[in-house]
Amino acid sequence: MTAEDVIKLTEAVQVCTGNQSHNEIKYAVAADLMSDILTVNTDELLLITGMANLQVIRTAEMSDISTVLFVRGKNITEEMCELAKENGITLLQSKMSMFNVCGILYKAGLKPVF
Amino acid sequence: MEFNYEIEGGNFSHAGTASSEVKKLLKQLNVNPALIKRIVVALYEAEVNVVAHAYEGVMNVVFDNNAIVVKIADKGPGIPDINLAMQEGFSTASPAVREMGFGAGMGLPNIKKNCDELKIESEVNKGTTVTMITHLN
Ligand SMILES: Nc1ncnc2c1ncn2[C@@H]1O[C@H](COP(=O)(O)OP(=O)(O)OP(=O)(O)O)[C@@H](O)[C@H]1O
Ligand SMILES: [Mg+2]
Repeated sequence: MTAEDVIKLTEAVQVCTGNQSHNEIKYAVAADLMSDILTVNTDELLLITGMANLQVIRTAEMSDISTVLFVRGKNITEEMCELAKENGITLLQSKMSMFNVCGILYKAGLKPVF
Repeated sequence: MEFNYEIEGGNFSHAGTASSEVKKLLKQLNVNPALIKRIVVALYEAEVNVVAHAYEGVMNVVFDNNAIVVKIADKGPGIPDINLAMQEGFSTASPAVREMGFGAGMGLPNIKKNCDELKIESEVNKGTTVTMITHLN
């Protein structure tokens, strides 16, 4: 699927558009621990997180993750958006809970990384 | 080529800027993307460790066609038992660091996984030096 599909399925809004918003997404990881995310070595990955700070964007940058979905309507700051743009990362925000978002996207075919 | 970047302890809004610079550099040099990811993940974990656990540090990056050698030296509390610190799940991170999404005790094991050679030297109440070597081909 693409970021567009994720938006539709999770009633999300696109807060910040990266340069790879049409990229194929095949896998997802849901985590609030940056070190957990940094152990994942998978391409075409969506990061789902309830943690909203600058380090999430840094972590996505280092891990080559091009789409991040924030759940529970977590606030995305101007600073986070700027850093995301610099690195071509798309930021999405859904009001749904982590559990709900994961269930919906799993059902729609996104695969776990392990 | 040699580069040096300063790392500020405690400042999470700057954590990752040094690793980010190295990433840009490696991209310009057309290093294989999978290799870049391995290198910068290790650097970022080590950089965040300085921010989370030490007072200040310097990232020294030296590379040629064969290898990249990164030495991160900090002034800080040091690591009393390096073997223990290397174990998955061991962490002394403060509640404030945990609130930022760190402190799982996964950083050092992940650094080891993502570089070819890792050396950690530390002196309690002085500081820690982490050296990471990755071969480029
Ligand atoms: N530069 C450092 N100075 C002092 N202590 C350190 C340093 N780096 C690591 N440590 C010690 O080693 C422990 C383990 O480090 P490690 O990176 O594996 O986990 P963490 O930083 O606690 O959590 P995580 O990396 O998962 O966010 C730390 O909790 C800390 O006690
Ligand atoms: Mg760490």
